[in-house]
Amino acid sequence: MSVGPALDAGLALLASALAVWVVLARQAFGAVVGFVAFGLVLSLAWLRLGAVDVALTEAAIGSGVTGAVLLAAVTRLHCARPVVAAARCGRRTRAISIASAGLVSAGLAALVLSPTDPAPTLAPQAAAALPELGVGNAITGILLAYRSVDTLLEKIVLLLALAGIWSLARDGAWGDRPAPPGSGRRDGTLTLLGQVLPPLGIVAGIYIVWVGADAPGGAFQGGAILAAMWILALMARLADPPVVGRIGVRLAVGIGPIVFLAIGFAGFALPGGFLSYPAGFAKPLIIVIEVALTFSIAVVLGLLVLGPSARGTQR
Amino acid sequence: MSVLRDLFTIVLVSAGAVFFLAGTAGLLRFPDPLTRLHALTKADNLGLGLIVIGLLPQADGILAGLKLVVVWLLAQLAGAAATRLVARATGRPG
Amino acid sequence: MAEFLIAMAGVVLAVVSVGLARVLWGPADADRLMAAQLLGTGSVAAVLLLAAAVGSPAIVDAAVILTLLAAFAIAAFVSSQFDSDATADLPRDQQQ
Repeated sequence: MSVGPALDAGLALLASALAVWVVLARQAFGAVVGFVAFGLVLSLAWLRLGAVDVALTEAAIGSGVTGAVLLAAVTRLHCARPVVAAARCGRRTRAISIASAGLVSAGLAALVLSPTDPAPTLAPQAAAALPELGVGNAITGILLAYRSVDTLLEKIVLLLALAGIWSLARDGAWGDRPAPPGSGRRDGTLTLLGQVLPPLGIVAGIYIVWVGADAPGGAFQGGAILAAMWILALMARLADPPVVGRIGVRLAVGIGPIVFLAIGFAGFALPGGFLSYPAGFAKPLIIVIEVALTFSIAVVLGLLVLGPSARGTQR
Repeated sequence: MSVLRDLFTIVLVSAGAVFFLAGTAGLLRFPDPLTRLHALTKADNLGLGLIVIGLLPQADGILAGLKLVVVWLLAQLAGAAATRLVARATGRPG
Repeated sequence: MAEFLIAMAGVVLAVVSVGLARVLWGPADADRLMAAQLLGTGSVAAVLLLAAAVGSPAIVDAAVILTLLAAFAIAAFVSSQFDSDATADLPRDQQQ
C-alpha cells in the first residue's frame, strides 16, 4: 500500500477511536480531553485533504474554543453535583449515541463515496472570477464575495448564540461581569504564560487574517486565536472579565455585523443590489469587513467561553 | 549536493522520530506521573527539534526556514509552560 | 523524498497515538493531559513534515496555530483543576 493512503487510513481509524472514547469515557473531564484530541486529528485529516482553511478553522474553533466551552460546562456541572448525579449517563444512552453517530457517518460515507459522473462543482467558475476581486484565496472569495450573505447571517447567528448564553444569567446578575475562567489559583507559570503568549498570539492572529486574502486563513481563524489569547490572559488573572452591560462591550460585539450590513445596504446604489461591491473597490471593502469581523468574532467567542454573568462580581 | 542534503534530512528526521518513540515508551511505562512527564519533555524538545533541523535544508529559502525555527521556539515555550502546569496538577511539589 | 516525509509523518503520528492509551488508563487526569500534549507535539511535527512533503508553506501556518492552541488548551485544563482560591474571583483591586 502506498504511503499516503496508509496515513489517511491511520488518521481515519484514530479519529473514530477517539470519537468512541469521548462517548464511553466515565468522567466528563476525560471526555473533553478526548474531544480536543479528536479535533486535532480531524484538523490533520483536513490538511491531508488539501483543505488548509478548514483545517485552521477546525484547530482554532472546533478544537480550541469549543474545548474551552465544554470545559467551562464541565466545571459548572461539578459545582452542581447533586443534580448531575441523578442524571448520570447509562449504558443504553451511550450505546444509542454511538449507534446513531455511526449511522450518520455511514450515510455520509455512502454519499461521498458513491460514484457520480463528473461530480457537480462550481470550482472552475469560482476560480476564474477571482482576479477581478483582487483576492487570491478562493475560500475568502466565496465567504466575502460570492456568498457574503451566508457569512453575514452566520455572524448574526453568533450574536443570537451569545444572547442565548447571556439569558442564562440570573435576573439580579444581568449585565454584570461573567465569572473569571478557571479556578484562579495563583500559579507563576500560568501568569508567565498569560504575559508572554498573548502578544505572540495577537501577532499570529492578525497575520492569519491578513494572509487570508491570498493564502489559507481568514477572519474566523484569526478571531478565534485572538479570543483564545484573551481567555488565557483572563485565566492568569491578568485582566478582569468585561462588564457585559456596558455600551462598549455591546458595540464591540456588534461592530462586525454592523459594518457588514452597512456595506451591504450601500450595495443597493449599485446594479447588483445588496452586498455588491463597486468594480475595483472589492478588495479594500473586503479588508474593511474582515477587520471589523475579526474584532467582533474575537470578542463574541471570548464572551461565549466566559458564559453568563455572575452576581456579586461587579465593583 | 542534493544527495547530501536528502541524506541529512533522512538521518535527522529519523532521529527525531526515535525520540518521539522514546517519549511515548516513557509515557506508557514509567511508574510515576512526574517521571512520565520527564519522558514527555524529551519528545517535545529533541524530537521536534531534530525534525525541524532535518527539514531546514528542504525549505524554500531563508524565510521559510526561519518560520520552521519560529514554530519550534513557540513549541518550546508552550511545552515548557505546559510541563510545569501539568506537574503542579499532579499535586506533588515541583 | 516526499514519500519518505509522509511516511515519517505517519510514523510519528502512529507512535504518538499509541501514547494515547494513557488517556484510557492514566489513573490521574494529569496523565490524560500528558497524552494529549504528546499528541499535540506529534501533530505539530507531522504537520511540518507534511508541509515539506507537499511543498506548501501555508501548512506551516497550521503548525503555528496548533502550537498556540495546545498551550491554551493545557492552560485551560490545568486551570480548571484546582480548588477555587477564595479571593481569586474578586476584581483585582479588591483582592489585596
